Amino acid sequence: MSDEIEKQKVVTCVICPNSCTITVSQMKSGELVLEGNQCKRGEQYGKDEFTNPKRMLATTVRIKNAYIPLVPVRTSVAVPKGKLNEILDLLARIEVEAPIKCGDVIVENVLGLDANVIATRSLDVDTCNVIACELTE
Amino acid sequence: MIEKECDVAVIGAGPAGLAAATEADKAGCKVMMIDRDDGLGGILQQCIHPGFGLIEFKEEMAGPEYAQRYIDMLPNTNIEVVKGTMVLDMTSDKEIYAINEQGIVKIVAKSIVLAMGCRERTRGAIKIPGYRPTGVYTAGTAQRFVNIEGFMPGTKFVILGSGDIGMIMARRLTWEGAKVQAVVEILPFPSGLVRNKVQCLDDYGIPLYLSHTVVRVHGRDRVTGITIAKVDDAWKPIPGSEIFFDCDTLLLSVGLIPENEVSKKAGVKLGKTNGPEVNQFLQTNIDGIFAAGNVLQVHDLVDNVSAEARKAGRMAAMSAAGTKIPNLNDGDSVPLVAGNGIGYVLPTKINMAIPDEFVGESGLVKLSLRVKKPVNDQYLKVKNGETEIYKKAFKYMRPSEMILFELKPEVLSGIDASQSLEVFLEPKEVETTEETTEEVTEESAESTEGGE
Repeated sequence: MSDEIEKQKVVTCVICPNSCTITVSQMKSGELVLEGNQCKRGEQYGKDEFTNPKRMLATTVRIKNAYIPLVPVRTSVAVPKGKLNEILDLLARIEVEAPIKCGDVIVENVLGLDANVIATRSLDVDTCNVIACELTE
Repeated sequence: MIEKECDVAVIGAGPAGLAAATEADKAGCKVMMIDRDDGLGGILQQCIHPGFGLIEFKEEMAGPEYAQRYIDMLPNTNIEVVKGTMVLDMTSDKEIYAINEQGIVKIVAKSIVLAMGCRERTRGAIKIPGYRPTGVYTAGTAQRFVNIEGFMPGTKFVILGSGDIGMIMARRLTWEGAKVQAVVEILPFPSGLVRNKVQCLDDYGIPLYLSHTVVRVHGRDRVTGITIAKVDDAWKPIPGSEIFFDCDTLLLSVGLIPENEVSKKAGVKLGKTNGPEVNQFLQTNIDGIFAAGNVLQVHDLVDNVSAEARKAGRMAAMSAAGTKIPNLNDGDSVPLVAGNGIGYVLPTKINMAIPDEFVGESGLVKLSLRVKKPVNDQYLKVKNGETEIYKKAFKYMRPSEMILFELKPEVLSGIDASQSLEVFLEPKEVETTEETTEEVTEESAESTEGGE
């Protein structure tokens, strides 16, 4: 008896400019069968897109005592797409204080997803050795 | 008036300026880097999305992280950083006049690297009819508001232009709680990367209207809606195809223009890209004035900006130290011509009288180009007169991706300087996949096309 298709999804691969249209079929046996991808990485992407699509989240959180009101942050790794809104809500309620160093962990293991939210900019540290022209000569 | 002197003056402290300045500093020059912003990093600071650095740093990072890598190098250099200072004028004698809170600053340099980047096309540049209400912004301005200054410019958006920045802003605004009604593109294909269409628009069910444009902005004081219409092959709106969207804000993501007002004042000749014409040494028609980054040509990858700017920094340092580097007009130059399918190609000219300093590795000539429209299975060829001197197969070529390639010194030495060099596309017979060099950028390729 041949395995029947139970569920099917068409995804566009975003790994490279090739942009393969991949048809992912889940068979009755649970096996995922891919069609249309041209490489191994596309295979992984297709499977992830079918089972648990992931995205990296990049946004901002409020910062006190810096020369701008926001510090940019991102998740250290891609997180499940369905969790993005929940993370955004959480980050909207957070405020940090300068100085912040690029790479500082803002939220550890966010929502238990094995990803940290990290700062992507240093703020309120002198970013250069000489600032502006000396006025008095 | 404050007066300063330096070997190399770098105008702009974005990715191009940072790379050029650090490179010139390495060569032992006294370097001044001038920027109008109070922070360093330029537009990278507002490009908070990931996708940068895969080539330069072998990891995926956000725009500010990429900038931070360079900014963190500065304390170990002798670069004098002049922030909050706007360059207003420049002469062919390499005198720079700038203004800041303290007044006018005059900087006399031995050589200059132009690294001012580009700015966005505005509504005026694309002639959209209607009133002039509040609520029409360029995408990059909105990006700066949302990502740096903490303002939302509206609640319901229509975005004109499907460049990467427009699509990235569609996602960003959605994440910040806004409703993006539509992204509208006059071309029959998305002008940004497909991966951005997928992860920025499709993920959020934002419709993309191809071959459509904005025909009316409604509202007198504030935008109250946008009417779009389908366009024909000549980009003329087709009557009867209008669609109205209720919105309070229109974002324009309709292209970038290299910012060369100051270059023009010094008599720098501009070319097809709206950037300076340069030869393979990135030198303009004026001795000692070099250009790199988006002021020269709009790049898709910041990593390539850094590489280009390092070269400009190195050349500027050599020039400041007294080495004569051929300028655009110096003799023995062969012009590069953009042939079939090619939008533009740089450098403008290749100088054949290559100084001894540039034999071997540094004698390589790097060419960059963009194709006019998306094509598959092509040969990219270079012809000197009737002689083919370069050929490479490509499976995919997209206008959104800059193509870079090199001509080796041995190829260059065989060039007949009395004949021009034509760069063009030739369709390839499609069949087996033999030894095609697939030019596929595996990395995600968000751009510095962040616009401002």
